Amino acid sequence: MKKTDQTALFRSMLRVRRIEEALADRYAEQEMRCPMHLCIGQEAIAVGVCAALSSHDVVFGNHRAHGHYLARGGNLNAMIAELYGRVTGCCGGRGGSMHLIDLGVGFMGATPIVGGTVPLAVGSAWAAALMGEPRVSVVFFGDGCFEEGVVHESLNFAALHKLPVVFVCENNEFSVYTRLTERQPDRPIYRVAEAHGVAACAGDGNDVEAVLSIAQAAVAKARQGEGPQFIELKTYRWREHCGPSFDDDLNYRSKPEIESGLKDCPIAKLLTRLKHGNVIASSEVSRFEAEIREEIKEAFQFALASATPSPKAAEERLYA
Amino acid sequence: MLDSAERDITFAQAIREGIDQAMERDPRVIVIGEGVPDPKAIFNTTAKLQGKHGARRVFDMPLSENGVTGVCIGAALSGMRPVMIHQRIDFALLAMDQLVNNAAKWHYMFDGKASVPMVVRLIVGRGWGQGPQHSQSLQAMFAQVPGLKVVMPTTAYDAKGLLIAAIEDNNPVVFIEHRWLHQIKDHVPEAYYRVPIGHAKLLHEGDAVTVAAFSYMAVEALIAAKALMSTMGIGIDVLDMRSVRPLDLGSVLSSVRKTGRLIVADTGFRTGSIAGEVISQVVEQAFGALKAQPVRVASPDHPVPSSPFMAEEYYPWAQTIADHVLDLLQADRSTSLYQELCGRMARKGPHDTPNLGFTGPF
Repeated sequence: MKKTDQTALFRSMLRVRRIEEALADRYAEQEMRCPMHLCIGQEAIAVGVCAALSSHDVVFGNHRAHGHYLARGGNLNAMIAELYGRVTGCCGGRGGSMHLIDLGVGFMGATPIVGGTVPLAVGSAWAAALMGEPRVSVVFFGDGCFEEGVVHESLNFAALHKLPVVFVCENNEFSVYTRLTERQPDRPIYRVAEAHGVAACAGDGNDVEAVLSIAQAAVAKARQGEGPQFIELKTYRWREHCGPSFDDDLNYRSKPEIESGLKDCPIAKLLTRLKHGNVIASSEVSRFEAEIREEIKEAFQFALASATPSPKAAEERLYA
Repeated sequence: MLDSAERDITFAQAIREGIDQAMERDPRVIVIGEGVPDPKAIFNTTAKLQGKHGARRVFDMPLSENGVTGVCIGAALSGMRPVMIHQRIDFALLAMDQLVNNAAKWHYMFDGKASVPMVVRLIVGRGWGQGPQHSQSLQAMFAQVPGLKVVMPTTAYDAKGLLIAAIEDNNPVVFIEHRWLHQIKDHVPEAYYRVPIGHAKLLHEGDAVTVAAFSYMAVEALIAAKALMSTMGIGIDVLDMRSVRPLDLGSVLSSVRKTGRLIVADTGFRTGSIAGEVISQVVEQAFGALKAQPVRVASPDHPVPSSPFMAEEYYPWAQTIADHVLDLLQADRSTSLYQELCGRMARKGPHDTPNLGFTGPF
């Protein structure tokens, strides 16, 4: 991989991390009045997959979508303003954290009904196939989502029509506080997708270079007409299911497990590799940190300076 | 302009013609549903469409109601105009998540940045022992959801025009067809035309009572209206409501201001019905115009059983409506004229088929 590409992956992950940390820091102010699901610890999947896409490809997210949106190039100001419920938000304040959209960069939408966007990505791929456009659709979802019937209906339809869609399963082992082993039998998720007739593989979701390489292969195959692709990527959710905090005190996962999860940091992992290979200098990291800090500061300023919508506006936009 | 002066075709043929012409005019229109290209072709409403428009625009579907609804929404968000079909409205309950959470809300929750132009055709079953899960009329359930439009045409003319309007609409439209209307024939222009969504139509005029009727109940209301007029000289307004959401309350209000009496005839269950909603709104807005308490004519609050013996008295019909009209007018029912009225409305043949000639499929 080219050094510039590796550095870009690092910077993109660092940016998602720092943005979400800033959100967590300010959440207690109670001015961002919406549920928020942070992807801290899981950045490599969104960043690695989105780095494999072309500009005309489309992406759908789920309830934990800040990373998907930002990695795809979604406008930061519009995202922060959305969290603050402002008119300049990407949904004009109608959606909050769980509903993000930026059509300008092919981010088609993220929604919080588990499995809700999976068939939509298939439908978007179907439209591309019917119209003869070389576009690939990507949808991010979690291990819990794989328990939804609609996912299996979507896999079946995509395989039947050999559609250019890439299913990305972010397996962080937890659905809210319920462990995967409480919800699914002991068998690999991706092998079930394979049984639907969808090409499938699994990989380390905390190694962004591995994610990129798996995603590049999947996207290329989907684009070449080889049909749908399924990627299961293992990762770990650092913080609580919903909200800004660590939740070690709840005791639903052991201290050693949390420690080992935090140790497998995708950003630290890549940084070690890049420093070891002399790809990145500490000064460059500091520069990224400073640039990102400034960008975040400006985004919060933009959001807080933006107008608030009127209660009357809640009636609008019901029908097109 | 090229319409044959008197071309009568059936409701089912009108539906087929509407889809066909919409597909000819707009390459973005695609059709999918269980049985669409099969030999029965959704009661012949999709006959030969695949042969004419090709297998890339006309599809059968896996039995994945929710998933394929989502697929259609995704296609609609990406430039297509899908028409999805379920042979029974009951099957669409499996797709409520996608319809209610995604289709109905996408435009709103994303601040108008995208919309879902799709049509979902749903068929209400009745008769020949369809039973509890093949004969529900669930328009109120869909109409309760902001962001959906819901239409229920009664005539063949409206079936074609409303279907074309629904396909051209940029919103998700739930298009509900009563199976007993499919063989009804009336004048349908050959040209491509629209019937605007959200407007009721006056089928019969009179001063005594307003009957606002939905779907197949408009047919029964019209039978009652004609019999009342010819036997007793009682004139009633019969409004074919045609749309459930948006409701054309204006037409109901102006009729009620004339008659002072209101019956709403609905094909759905009584509790939580659209009939109840129409009455609520009339009471809120024109209470002073009412000379008597409004009446809901609707299905009982229990499923229809399969056995023809048990189902015999389940459905309200022309007689039910006529009796309510007479009660509202405090008219005497012990006269020979009343016997004549009943004779005019009496149904020929078994109660569980729409007419003598109809032998299915149901």
